[in-house]
Formats: sequence, C-alpha cells, structure tokens
Amino acid sequence: MILLLMLFVFLLAIVVGNELISKVPPTLHTPLMSGANAISGITIVGALMCAQFATEEGSTASTVLGVVAIALATINVVGGFMVTDRMLAMFSSKKKKKKEGK
Amino acid sequence: MEYYSNAGLLYLVATVLFILGIKRLSKVRTARSGNQLAAVGMLLAIVVTLVHPEGGINLDWTTVIIGMALGALVGGVMAKRVEMTGMPELVALFNGFGGLASTFVAVTEFYGRFGAATGGTPTDVVNGLNVVAKAAGEPLVVTLGGEVWAIAIVLSVLIGTVTFTGSLVAMAKLSGKISGNPIILPARHLITAVLLIGGIGAGVYGTFYGEGNTAIMMVGVLTLGAGLFGIVSVLPIGGADMPVVVSLLNSYSGLAASMAGFVIGNSLLIVAGALVGAAGLILTMVMCKAMNRSLGNVLIGGFGGDTSSASSGGADEYTGVKSAGPEEAAMILESATSVIFIPGYGMAVAQAQHVVKELGEEMERRGAEVRYAIHPVAGRMPGHMNVLLAESDVPYEQLWELERINGDFKTTDVTVIIGANDVVNPEAIENPQSPIAGMPILNAHESGTVLMIKRSLSPGYAGIKNPLFERDNTYMCFGDGKAFVVDVVNELKES
Repeated sequence: MILLLMLFVFLLAIVVGNELISKVPPTLHTPLMSGANAISGITIVGALMCAQFATEEGSTASTVLGVVAIALATINVVGGFMVTDRMLAMFSSKKKKKKEGK
Repeated sequence: MEYYSNAGLLYLVATVLFILGIKRLSKVRTARSGNQLAAVGMLLAIVVTLVHPEGGINLDWTTVIIGMALGALVGGVMAKRVEMTGMPELVALFNGFGGLASTFVAVTEFYGRFGAATGGTPTDVVNGLNVVAKAAGEPLVVTLGGEVWAIAIVLSVLIGTVTFTGSLVAMAKLSGKISGNPIILPARHLITAVLLIGGIGAGVYGTFYGEGNTAIMMVGVLTLGAGLFGIVSVLPIGGADMPVVVSLLNSYSGLAASMAGFVIGNSLLIVAGALVGAAGLILTMVMCKAMNRSLGNVLIGGFGGDTSSASSGGADEYTGVKSAGPEEAAMILESATSVIFIPGYGMAVAQAQHVVKELGEEMERRGAEVRYAIHPVAGRMPGHMNVLLAESDVPYEQLWELERINGDFKTTDVTVIIGANDVVNPEAIENPQSPIAGMPILNAHESGTVLMIKRSLSPGYAGIKNPLFERDNTYMCFGDGKAFVVDVVNELKES
C-alpha cells in the first residue's frame, strides 16, 4: 500500500515537473539546469541517514561510503546553488543597469 | 503506525519550497529568488534530517561534519572560481557527483542491511520479503516489500553510476582533455549491451538471491558494469551534441536521487528527484528538436567530425569567397542602422563575449538597433550563449530566440556571425539531401550584409560545406574572433 503511494508520488512529481518547466525561456536554460542539479543533491538526506545507519552497524566500509556520499552530495548542493545564484545575479544586475540607463 | 511525524511534515514543507523554487526559476524576474527558495528548502531538509525529531537513530557527528565540511569547501570554491566559459564542465561534474552520491546511498544501505543480519542467514535478509521480516525494527524498510527494495537498489546504483562516469567523459570532452570528436569503439553496440545486461543481471541476482560475499560482489559487478556503460555510451557522441548529453545526465542525476528515495523509503527524495528528472528530460527534448534529430540518433552517436566524407568542404570547394579586414568590416558597420549578432561556440573558445558586447554598445551609440540572435543549441550547454552574454552585461532584452527573430533578418542591414557555423547554414532549408536538412537555422543569409568572423573556411561540427560563405552578401572576416572584433571596435571609435 505504502509502496503504491510512493509510486503515485513519483509519477505526480514527474507530471508537476513537466508542467513547471515546459515554458521556461531559453535564456534561463543554464541556470535552470544547474539549479535543478543542486536540487538533485537532495540525495544528501539519504547520505545522512546512511551515516546514521552505518554508525549503528559500526562497519568501516559503511562509514567510509557514508562520508564520501555526504561529501559528494554536499558539493552538489552547495556548489550548485552558489553557482546558480552567481549566474542569476548577472542576469538581474544587468536589468537594474538598464533601468538606470533609461 | 504513526499518522504523521514532525519530520515528515517539515519534509513536506521542503518539497513545496522545491516546487515553488523551480516554478520561479522559469521566469527571468523571479529566477534568483526561486533558486534561493529551493536552497532554503534544501537547508530545511538537511537540518530536519540532522535533528531528526523522531529520534531513534544515533548520528555519527564526526562522519557528518567531516563529510559536509569537505563538500561545502570544495563545492563553494569551485562555484566561486569557475569562469562562465567553463560552466558546461562544472554542471557536468556536479551532475556526476550527485549521481555517485545516490549510488553510494544505495550501496551503503545494501551493505548496512546485509551486515545487520550476518548473525542470521544472509539469504533471508536480502531475499524478497524476508527483508521486511528481518528488519522489522527499522522504520525505513518495513514500508517496502523486499523485491521493490532490491529493484530500487539496482536502479539507483545503475543510474547513479552511469550519471557519474558519463558526466566525467562529457566533462573531459567539454574541456578538451579528450577529443570532442566521436570516438567509435569496434563492436560498441555489443559491448554496451553486454555491459548493461550483464550489470543489471548481476545486480538483480545479487540483491534477490545473493548469499554472503556473493551478493556484495554482484552489486560490485553491477557498479562496474554501469560505470563502463556510462563511459562507452558517451564516448561516441560528438562535442557539439554535449548540450543533449549534459541535459540527459542532469535528468539521470534526478532519477538516481528518486530511486535512492525508494531505497530508503523517503518521499522527499522521490519528489525532488522526479522534479529534476522531468526538468532534465524537457531540456533534452528542446535540444533535440533544435537540431531536428531524435534522442536516439544523438545517443547512438558518431554524428559529425567526419571530414573525410564526400560532402565535407575544404577551402578549395568554395568559389567567389569575399573577405574583409577589420577596416572594411568597420566601414560596413558604420552605415548600418540595424545589426544582429549571432554568437556560437567559437565565441566562447575565443573568450570574445566582452569585446562583442563592446562592439554592440559602440553600434548602439551610433544609433543602430542591436540585437543578439541565440540558436538553442549554440554552445556546449543549453543556454550557454545567454550566460556568457549576461556575464558581459548584455541586457537580456537584446537576446532574441530563434522563432522571435528569424523573420527580422530580411530587414536587417548587417548580421555579424561570430564562431557559429552549422546554425546559419542555409543548406538546412534549401537542400533536402543535406545531413542537417530540416534543422531550424537562423536566417542570417536573408540580411543585407553578413560578416562571418571565423578562423578559416573549415566546416563546422556537422562536417558539411556552408554555402553561406560564398554568397554575394557575405564577407568572410578571417582571424581570431576576439582580436578581430577589438580591431573593428578601434576602427569604429577612430572614425
């Protein structure tokens, strides 16, 4: 039953994602992609949970995998959001300049 | 069973923030706040996971702090340091890291569950529904049937690893560390099929029926197979098709996170991953449409770079080519009242975006109407040109999409093409036999005068002749894009 719910959630999320992004202007393709990429770093939540699990079991291999998984996901999250913000700042600062110019 | 938990509710809030964030990312005015909203959602999700109000699981803070500090440092430095021209490589690399993280989550989970039951019969643990029985104390697993758990592990490892190695190859191609040309291995279809089927087979066997070390080894075989599959499938795809590949890998990284969500039974991962998967897939389709090719055609690879075929153009194939130096180009521009710039990957290579913008401003100062026509697949990543021009402060109102500007070339005095080739090749609409027939192009040939800034008459990525070079209204401006534009700007300022 809960599995079915999860599949529902998965499919509905795909539909929502489709609707949200189908009209994005080409100008924003790169920031959209790197922003979405940062969101896919959500796997960090899984990595953190695995670190919890690994500790319980006390297996070295699990701990090492956990640290690496957390580090990789954090790179994805921190780097992704920061670089997207940097790009989008360029888009918006320009708008201000244009307004000042007018 | 609990009907809800505080952590679950806060995860829901994070999910909503992601959805709103992505929605706002699709408009220029709201994009920055959208990204920030999504980042807040991510922070919330991380904090909730760390604090975990439901309790019951002890966190190894050393592991967490070392991992997060390391990741934040590396990610932050990379994000700050990267040049805008290096953006495609960075996005590809981040994609790959996300994919690998998802693989590790699945492997750790598998490993952990396996180790948890070494007291009992390992088969019982990983075999079908017995997982549920054995791990009944664990809230994460009772939600899923064992078979689904096993399938989710296989998919998560498969997609995550393909994303990782595929992204590394894409990055190496983008940065020129390996050739951008298609690299065709002998019997590559057989190799890819064996790797994929073998990997999945091993993974399914290991997670369903594996015992003891065999199970762990089988998952290792799956990881290895998926990794090699990722490499072998991106190698034959040419450099200019990387916008499609990077978009697709972006989609995969989302799907991998989603599958990891099924593995650990967390709907936040499932939703966020699916959103990203859908976004990446849409971008992939947009890119394919802009090249008038199917996704399958792009993925099979081997397109372009084949300069030995009969249709490819060396310099001797062109007749009546006129060339213009910086002085002549400046004279042509002097009398123009409307100018359209068409940037391509060559502009990124020459790092010419800043001087192009200077030329645009000089033309505006002279009262000319200045616009930039951006082909959807110009560059090596969706929206590549837009980011470069945004970096050099070109107002985005001047950036025009293909559909919106294509009718205006007829009434434009001068079109300046810098570093683009195939996307302005009139063969696409005039010659139905051409390999690029049907691909939407920018109708530069319809404008009064075309200034084509290019190093030589060499063909573009499609490896075919571009008749635009020999048209009466075309002047070839040979030279380095940046140096040539600088000279033109100086000429204009002097006059």
